Amino acid sequence: MKHKRVTIRDHHAEAALFARRVFVSLIIVVAVFGVLLSNMYQLQVIEHQSLQTRSNDNRIKVVPLPPNRGLIYDRRGRLLAENRPVLSLEVTPEKVADLDQTLARLQAILQLTDDDIAQFHENRRRERRFNQVILRDRLTEQQAAQFAARQHEFPGVSIEARLVRHYPYGEAITHALGYVAKINSRDVANLREQEKSANYAATRVIGKLGIERYYEELLHGTIGFQQVEVDIHGRSIRTLSIDPPVPGQDLHLELDIELQQYAHDLLGDDRGSIILMDPRDGAIRAMVSKPSYDPNWFAQGISYAQYQSLLNSKHSPLLNRSTQGGYPPASTVKAQIAILGLDEGIIRPDTKIWDPGWFQIEGVDHRYRDWLAWGHGWVNVTDAIVESCDTFYYDLALKLGIDKIHDHMVQYGFGERTGIDISEESAAVMPSRGWKRARFNQPWYAGETVSIGIGQSYWTTTPIQLAVGTAVVVNSGQRPVPRLLAAIQEGEVKLPAVVENKEPVVLKNDKHWNVAKNAMDLTVSSIKGTAHRAFKGANYTSGGKTGTAQVRSLGQEEEYNAEDIAERYRDNAMYVGYAPADNPELVVIIAVENALGGGGSVAAPMARKLLDFYFEQEQKYAQR
Amino acid sequence: MRSAEHNNRWLQRFHIDGQLFVALLVLAVISAFTVYSASGQDWGMTQRQVIRIGIAFLGMLVIAQIPLSTVERFSLPMFTLGVVLLLGVLLFGESSKGAQRWLNIGVATIQPSEIMKLAVPMTVAWFIAEQGLPPTKRRLAAAFILLMIPTLMIAKQPDLGTSILIASSGIFVLFLAGISWRLISFFAISIGAFIPILWMFLMRDYQRQRVLTFLNPESDPLGAGYQIIQSKIAIGSGGVEGKGWLQGTQSQLEFLPERHTDFIFSVFSEEFGLVGVIGLFAVYGFIIFRGLIIAMRAQKIYQKLLAGSLTLTFFVYVLVNIGMVSGLLPVVGVPLPLISYGGTSMVTLLAGFGLLMAIATNKRLVMHD
Repeated sequence: MKHKRVTIRDHHAEAALFARRVFVSLIIVVAVFGVLLSNMYQLQVIEHQSLQTRSNDNRIKVVPLPPNRGLIYDRRGRLLAENRPVLSLEVTPEKVADLDQTLARLQAILQLTDDDIAQFHENRRRERRFNQVILRDRLTEQQAAQFAARQHEFPGVSIEARLVRHYPYGEAITHALGYVAKINSRDVANLREQEKSANYAATRVIGKLGIERYYEELLHGTIGFQQVEVDIHGRSIRTLSIDPPVPGQDLHLELDIELQQYAHDLLGDDRGSIILMDPRDGAIRAMVSKPSYDPNWFAQGISYAQYQSLLNSKHSPLLNRSTQGGYPPASTVKAQIAILGLDEGIIRPDTKIWDPGWFQIEGVDHRYRDWLAWGHGWVNVTDAIVESCDTFYYDLALKLGIDKIHDHMVQYGFGERTGIDISEESAAVMPSRGWKRARFNQPWYAGETVSIGIGQSYWTTTPIQLAVGTAVVVNSGQRPVPRLLAAIQEGEVKLPAVVENKEPVVLKNDKHWNVAKNAMDLTVSSIKGTAHRAFKGANYTSGGKTGTAQVRSLGQEEEYNAEDIAERYRDNAMYVGYAPADNPELVVIIAVENALGGGGSVAAPMARKLLDFYFEQEQKYAQR
Repeated sequence: MRSAEHNNRWLQRFHIDGQLFVALLVLAVISAFTVYSASGQDWGMTQRQVIRIGIAFLGMLVIAQIPLSTVERFSLPMFTLGVVLLLGVLLFGESSKGAQRWLNIGVATIQPSEIMKLAVPMTVAWFIAEQGLPPTKRRLAAAFILLMIPTLMIAKQPDLGTSILIASSGIFVLFLAGISWRLISFFAISIGAFIPILWMFLMRDYQRQRVLTFLNPESDPLGAGYQIIQSKIAIGSGGVEGKGWLQGTQSQLEFLPERHTDFIFSVFSEEFGLVGVIGLFAVYGFIIFRGLIIAMRAQKIYQKLLAGSLTLTFFVYVLVNIGMVSGLLPVVGVPLPLISYGGTSMVTLLAGFGLLMAIATNKRLVMHD
């Protein structure tokens, strides 16, 4: 071919050569399309599944949805803990061009504090860039309006409504109801240990105290999930599917918020505790501990300074005095001692002793003084309760001995937790030889037994223990477990909370209950009774026992004068009572720390007012 | 075929190849729909694309009317003008995205490399046809130098994609002209030897990065490999039937970069699946087949070579673009012909098809002569 090139061109040869080359090209084209197509087959058919998965991983984000926390109602359906929408100013850092400048301008417009800004930077570190970070919680309406008017100037900044736990009755109910607060690192560790972390993925707060803590599992609910489609910037475009959260269960408490508030106000500025409980089933109608504090501080995020002030207050507001306060029971447990004396046969209902105003252990100089300096004269067991004769019990306790007293008193629940449905409870101290040996490595002395007879010495009780102890007496041995929870809302149905009674106190002779209870009735009804004056003119019957507990032992010749003595060393005023006298439906426990007066003059009048109020209420609601 | 042409005297008169025209129209429609989807349903962009297609089609029809003798005569002057403009670009060109491709001539900016896409095959074809087939070695060498001048100038801009297309357009002329297989082997080996030189001296960093990423995209999933990975995910997740028009999550949610330009094939594959891909290949295949038929039927060597080269260059467009978005070839920035958003390549490509139509409809006129 090469040599055939001449001036006369062979058009046919040229065309044939060209045609062959076009044919080769066509084969190459077909082959290349074959390769491209097989590659497409590889991607779209063979690798389809895995690439489809990667495509979904790109675009689908699972967003956990927090369940709404269950609400808490009192026994008459009033809301004690609710979820309130609050407006918060939130920033999505990714969408903000110049974060520092934006923050500075917002700070100027909305009068944000430097703390707000610092907190924001703190929060921001924990969130992803395209997530919203709270800049300011709880905007005022004015702030919200100011921002709304200029929102267009702040891309990436928005006002969001969130649900925040709110306690409308504030400090009146704090210790019983408790509160929720931000989940901290310890909560996170606990949740992980209990394998509940997953359920809390979207939850910001957790019950920290009281009912909110004890029934956390019921109140919290179950987390939900939302599958959203996101674009490359992580913005969610649309919701693909939603598995809604299951809200927490609503709880109904036995508490009566009116009674609770009344009791709270009644204590005024005094420190102490008030408990109102139905002795038949342990239902708590009111449980107050003073001083108190506003649980909303915690629910909304307490500042460090605020928390420190609560923690360091010498009045210990954080302590739930009703369940953690260890008070010497003083004379309020005389009924129980008397019952033991009768049942052990050491005294009989008509056994009388002479009270000169003091008691002495044979061969010992020390005089145990009666509160009535000149003595009660001849007293039997009933008189000794009604008039609260100390000498009678010094004598009885010594005859019984610490072992018998301890073994009997623990049956009432003294020295152990009552099992009330909050976690903050202490066992207080029902002393014994073993206890003293373990505690002080010392033997038990007879003189200490004498003091135990009037509920002093090492013996301490929590007010809730006194409530149970008193209930046992009026129930003739039945020992209820105190409880705040009345029912759990399960859809339309209220599932009543049932708690089994503890082991009853069994006497050799059941009549001994009546002796003690009769004496407590007389404490109110008899003119000689220490609570008589307080309950004069009441339109219901009741019984009770006063108590005046020494916080500090007096010297042999020292006179006690409440006015003179340092406030912290004043006596505690105590009262345990019940009403109506026959078939009681309420026991009332009053403990006032360092009171200006004793059980009869300070605590019993409080009990009177409470019972008056209670029966008025019952009547009012019965009429409706 | 002959009777069809008889029945279409009107088409013949206006130098329109009916089959080619219909196939190109199909691509134009596909382009409009795919751009609408790939632009995030941007109606404005879609409108602009449709207007461009319209203008480019008009341009095609105008060029089809130019007598081929005129085209042939203008080959060398056009080439010369192109080289001058390319020189201008290298000296005074405007930069965009790190490359100098545009020349501001006062009233408008033009991209001389686009002129070269037509001027190179025209000139090489003219140069070879002048002598007849097969070309002598001397003429081949001269032709090779001729096509390498603009290729290297464009590679220097740098615009690797276009320089590949332009080099291929010239090489295809030589191949179709009957260059001996021995020479072809020689060139293949030379190119092999040229690769290290290209790598070390001629390629810019970003071009090297593209090649490295091509070799192992997963090595840099968030950086340079990202495009290829996301593109493969888009294509693969489309499956056989596709996710449906406007339903491609990879493209609609912006995981795919450059999805309405160079990577529009990924959008198409994601939304229309393997079925759509086969359909698109069929249209491309038909156009290439038709182009080769036109080349075969052309009477004059110049026309044969030009028609064949334009057709095979179009094929290279398809190959390089689809190859790169599906991970077979490195990313070199070649649009999917007649589908990708953008006017420049559209106009040049359809101008080329205008020449093809002129050649297709020239035959009868020659016979009448």
